[in-house]
Amino acid sequence: MARFIVRRMASAILLLFAVSIVVFAIFEVIPSYNPARAIAGRNATATTVAEVSHKFGFDKPVYVQYAKTMELIFTGQVIDYNDNLNVDSQFAQRFPVTVSLVVPAALIWLAGAVVLGSISALRVGGLADRGLMVAAILGVSIPVFLLAAVLLYAFAFKLPWFPNTGYVTLPDNPAQWAYHLFLPWISIAILSIGFYSRVLRSNLLDMVNEDFVRTARAKGLTRRQVFNRHVLRNSLMPIVTMFGLDFAVLLGGAALVTETVFNLPGIGQYEAQAIGNLDVPPILVGAMFTAFFVVLFSAISDIVYALLDPRVRLAG
Amino acid sequence: MIPDPLSDTGHPQAEVIAGTSPGGTTGIVITPGERVADPWAEGRHPPAVGPWKLAARRLRRNYVAQAFLVLFLVIVVACLLAPFYASHIAHIGPNTNNVTGTINIGGKTTDVVSTDGVPIGPTFSSRYFFGADSNGRDLAVRLLYGGRTSLLIGGIGTVIIIAFGTLVGLLTGYFRGVTDMILRPLMELIWSFPVVILGVALGTALALGGIGPVKGNSLYIPAFIIGVVFIPYLGKPIRGEVLRLREMDFVEAARVQGMGSWRIMLSEILPNLASMITVFVPMMLAYAILLEAYLSFLGAGVQAPNASWGTLISDGISYIQTTPTFSLIPGAMLVLAVLSINVVGDGIRDALDPRAQIRVRT
Repeated sequence: MARFIVRRMASAILLLFAVSIVVFAIFEVIPSYNPARAIAGRNATATTVAEVSHKFGFDKPVYVQYAKTMELIFTGQVIDYNDNLNVDSQFAQRFPVTVSLVVPAALIWLAGAVVLGSISALRVGGLADRGLMVAAILGVSIPVFLLAAVLLYAFAFKLPWFPNTGYVTLPDNPAQWAYHLFLPWISIAILSIGFYSRVLRSNLLDMVNEDFVRTARAKGLTRRQVFNRHVLRNSLMPIVTMFGLDFAVLLGGAALVTETVFNLPGIGQYEAQAIGNLDVPPILVGAMFTAFFVVLFSAISDIVYALLDPRVRLAG
Repeated sequence: MIPDPLSDTGHPQAEVIAGTSPGGTTGIVITPGERVADPWAEGRHPPAVGPWKLAARRLRRNYVAQAFLVLFLVIVVACLLAPFYASHIAHIGPNTNNVTGTINIGGKTTDVVSTDGVPIGPTFSSRYFFGADSNGRDLAVRLLYGGRTSLLIGGIGTVIIIAFGTLVGLLTGYFRGVTDMILRPLMELIWSFPVVILGVALGTALALGGIGPVKGNSLYIPAFIIGVVFIPYLGKPIRGEVLRLREMDFVEAARVQGMGSWRIMLSEILPNLASMITVFVPMMLAYAILLEAYLSFLGAGVQAPNASWGTLISDGISYIQTTPTFSLIPGAMLVLAVLSINVVGDGIRDALDPRAQIRVRT
């Protein structure tokens, strides 16, 4: 088992290294893009551009620039081109906001999916089941930023039940924190609930016909006991894997559209602003940050799988 | 005499009559000599139906999917007619500014963009049907042109995904070895980025510099990006299926006959992937159109002055308080288009893979 973990972590680290090269290359191999010009401003003279270019090291060979950039990122000295802010400390400062957005939203959608998926699997063809089918297909057809905009319009402007934007930290005022984040949570959660509960439903229905379920019934467990202890528990496995990756992606800053619409000062908003200003370092750090979470969570879920299922670790 | 069940036709030929036996017991009795219609007799086979025909038959019964297919076609046709609408009804191009213009609604003259910079809302007449943006451009015209852009990018992106996803899946699944060792880490690499983040990074970089002769604001850039980021999402499942198929007897038989690897891939394996690929086409089209909207919303997709549904929603969100229609109408168009593709896609999936229709035994 230890060998499996070591091997899996080694390949994760290798993948992360490759990710950093790819992100760096994306911004390096592009012809006719001169970051020095972007920093120096529109009306800069050739000398200024050359000075900036020298100062930031853009005149060095690519691999030196790569090594330098990585060094800056990992020693926490990389600054963005736009406001000269330290990118690492920006990420550190903004990460709690993203966590407060993503973690409760993820809990809402997971709980909602388990409840709705179970109900619709227990009453196939019922009203909840058919409603869920519609919800699931709507959920994969609506972009988050549009739902966020609609919710903002409906429940912050038209019916002023919720504050339109803004953020209050949790230690400051927990009630205000939840009140300000309620609409963002719902925007993220609602679209995923449909899809997740649909997947759970089909897992549950596949599981009902398994032999171990018949055995459990035959040894005298009640329907409820069979469902809770055997069917539901086994059906959750694929959901958990899917959830791990989706959660990692959101935590790594993929909630940038939600943060932009609701004006939440998280890492996603920072990245979105950087994109608007064509400011490379935050995008670079952001992409690596996200990929880090994805690689980490997928390695963890593989290891958890291997722990639960010896076939995986022996075959791998 | 009771005929041999394994007779020359290969079908059981029980001679069955219903009625009363001489002994008085009722029920079905097999009586020698009296032949009744045999459903399996020569020339009376049920017509042979292939899987595609069966799927088409199932799809023909799925009225919901058909209705949404019609809706999707209506949207496509409307967007294709954008130039006609612009020149004959709205009399203004999609990128024509008209900040100082005025229009006449019901005998009243109104500024297209008021002196304090507020654009006109929906007039529901031929000009400025859905209102104007802050540059005085006709939003209805831009909505149709934007739809054309979104559908075009989604379509090209899907073609790239399908072509290269299938190719990569076939190569890595069939050859394994060196090809697999080179291409699979590449797929894993793309896959380890969230699509939006990788798309945004590529979009920002390429919008700045373009690629070779392609300018930064070209529509082909978002299409290319969308194609690239989704390749693993098709390539991985195709690879899995190819790994399964290549071990099957018919592939072995082809190999024994002396077929080359490429011919086996094209004439033996590829046809067996057809239904899987068909299921993926609408799914990928829907994802491609949505990703275009995300990228354009973040400014890393379609570049000004071109419009797409994503840029229109993005532009309109700043007016969400005063004129919500600016973002909600392009939003509704986008959702209707993607929704109809998804419903049709679900219908196709159910039709091609009846196992996907969940049967319950309780």
